[in-house]
Amino acid sequence: MTRKQWLLSGFVAFTCLVSTAAVSGPIENYTPVTAQRLENPEPGNWMLYRRTYDGQGYSPLDQINASNVKNLTPVWTFATGVVEGHEAPPIVNNGVMFVATPMGQVIALNAKTGDEYWRYKRQLPDDLFQLHPTSRGVGLWEDKLYLATTDDHVVALDAKTGKVVWDTKVQDYRKGQYMTLMPLIVDGKVIVGGSGGEFGVRGYVAAYDAKDGKELWRTFTIPGEGEPGHDTWHGDDWKNGGGSAWMTGNYDKETKTIYWGVGNAAPWPGETHPGDNLYTSSVLALDPNTGKIKTYHQYHQNDSWDWDEVDAPMLIDLQRDGRNIKSLIHPGRDAIFWVLERTPTKINYVAGWPFVSTDVWKGIEPESGRPIVDPAHKPVIGKRVEFCPSLWGGKDWPSAAYSQKTGLVYVPANENFCGGFTGEKVALKPGELWLGTKPEDIGLKAKSGADHFGELQAWDPATGKKVWQHNFPKSQLFGSVTATAGDLVFVGGTNDRNFRAFNAKTGELLWEQKTNSGIMGMPVSYEIDGTQYIAIQSGWGVDAQRIQDALATNNIGIEANVPQGGVVWVFALKK
Amino acid sequence: MSRASLTINSSSPERSGEPEDDACAEQTRRTVLLGALVTSACLGCSAYARADEDPPGSDERPQKGDVLVFSEGDQEGKLITAADLPAGGPPVHAWPKDPKTSVVRSGSRLNEILIIRLDPAELDEKTRARAVDGIIAYSAICAHAGCPVTAWVKSDVGDKKVFKCMCHNSEYDPRAGAQVVFGPAPRRLAALPLALADGSLSVAGNFIGKVGAAQPG
Ligand code: FES
Repeated sequence: MTRKQWLLSGFVAFTCLVSTAAVSGPIENYTPVTAQRLENPEPGNWMLYRRTYDGQGYSPLDQINASNVKNLTPVWTFATGVVEGHEAPPIVNNGVMFVATPMGQVIALNAKTGDEYWRYKRQLPDDLFQLHPTSRGVGLWEDKLYLATTDDHVVALDAKTGKVVWDTKVQDYRKGQYMTLMPLIVDGKVIVGGSGGEFGVRGYVAAYDAKDGKELWRTFTIPGEGEPGHDTWHGDDWKNGGGSAWMTGNYDKETKTIYWGVGNAAPWPGETHPGDNLYTSSVLALDPNTGKIKTYHQYHQNDSWDWDEVDAPMLIDLQRDGRNIKSLIHPGRDAIFWVLERTPTKINYVAGWPFVSTDVWKGIEPESGRPIVDPAHKPVIGKRVEFCPSLWGGKDWPSAAYSQKTGLVYVPANENFCGGFTGEKVALKPGELWLGTKPEDIGLKAKSGADHFGELQAWDPATGKKVWQHNFPKSQLFGSVTATAGDLVFVGGTNDRNFRAFNAKTGELLWEQKTNSGIMGMPVSYEIDGTQYIAIQSGWGVDAQRIQDALATNNIGIEANVPQGGVVWVFALKK
Repeated sequence: MSRASLTINSSSPERSGEPEDDACAEQTRRTVLLGALVTSACLGCSAYARADEDPPGSDERPQKGDVLVFSEGDQEGKLITAADLPAGGPPVHAWPKDPKTSVVRSGSRLNEILIIRLDPAELDEKTRARAVDGIIAYSAICAHAGCPVTAWVKSDVGDKKVFKCMCHNSEYDPRAGAQVVFGPAPRRLAALPLALADGSLSVAGNFIGKVGAAQPG
């Protein structure tokens, strides 16, 4: 090596050191994440998307509670440096917080002080077409963490330093393949699902070896030739049938079964893909070791409304009609609150009812759980069809929560919106939007005379009764809900930038705090040295922004402008 | 929407990655990718191979002297002339084409162009100076998150028709240098100077302004 080469390589090494150089790190004492810790997480940690594998979004911490939450105050904030929708829960493992942001960034912070340990910034390709510039978080395993990127890679980072350990390309972003979900980690497998239903992809769920990034299995959500369910498709429709699986699944640790939500069929008008179209708008029960489909339940057939059912159902033990049910609870984008029963071999329909008003369904067949369509509100080719709720459904991807104390399910719902479009036959061009309508033809309408839009609802899944509801007169509700043992329910999701706490039993608004931007992220709770914290990312964008723009054009006195820019907010009780 | 809101957006960091950060992330990524290529069957790597197979020059940005061809529709690949551009829009989607090698520069989506003919009286001074017979061209790639700008519709905030990116509703006014009039885009679309000779359009210079997204991606 010449002196010049040596100097150059020294320079590269040095700058790389700087690039991942910690502000106050590297992290000295990192607690490795094990299967045992993920299956039974300590109350003070939040290491999975919804804290626990059952997807309940419930923290057993109760230092902050209904009687003292009025004293909740910010203890530190951290600007992420990017705009767009910040949707990830801050993930916390024994005092270390990992925050994923749009544009492929992960920040490691001291969860007590907000000091930065390190930051990873992905170099995204210049020609990337980002329909959903966001990330829903990082998965943890042993001493690494895992990020699924919008240019369709899975990346493993060293948790202590942020250095890349491996980087596996999943598919080609130029074909409209991308990922925004937080990987689900089960026994050393990094399990992800693809986005891209709007681009005419064939959806899949895939697992990678946490050690080296080797692909272990890939299961397509649209069955190919010779696979069960293939006959629910005509001709070659299955090849680009959609069914993307872009949200994190939940996991039944007893039966070792993953429950993964599957998106709508592509393109939107059902006429273009006749048949039931398995496994679109369904939940799949998968074996995490092999990816084999154990069973499934299709919420609705031949989707024509863009009603993705990607938000995985919560696993809840219920007493219903005098029997114990191992249930799957899913407030659907299709406006139906689904109660299903999971058995080792089958998913049974138990009950379903509309949780917001809809004109699409005339009822549900009691045996099969198959909803009955009103054809007047099912989009077709060549004619404008309107339907309620809107394209964003009764509840989009933001998660509901379940409180083990109150036994209630808290749903971030939207009421009084309808939508519509004119279906058209469009040739598929790989990498370009393929909706079956002109994007500019899509409409979102507020029902005339509507006195509110967003609704935080509390349902008793055992009885099917709504226990309380809080209405938001001037805003949609587009943020995930978290419940705590302090009888609290936390949610952001409104266009007034507020973060709120409600009484879990009564729905009384107990506390609110204005933040920098709108919140579409997921609240989490954790504990360090005996103090309970609540954390959230504020950062408006993506679909919350799209709904906001549509609202603003409805002439109902709502401004389009919600400021963007991401900030991590952490709260604790005033000392 | 107030101008203030646009100012908030446009003051956001253009590229949050320090140059050395990006270089290192990329270096690491390449190293690992190379490793993956060598050690395992790299799923989907064919895409990179395919990119390499694109004819030379197809992913280079438009060059002075390039002619313009339709990038979509029945006339895809055909030369665009002034006669193909109806006054008042809609815009025509185009690729630049190297007249010497006949290579269409469709190897990068960042090369897609919107060409529109408007009443010169409607154009602001700067835009009029760049226009030939009211014909002006812009990058078709949205400055927000890099989606294609596809629609020519009435603005959400005015009566005029505007370029609209349907991904997150950014709107650009082609009469005023494609400045942002609505939505999250932090800055205008890059403009492409055109020349017109014997009714045929050609590229007269490089893009003015940055093509594509504000932040990485
Ligand atoms: S990419 Fe165009 S508005 Fe977002």
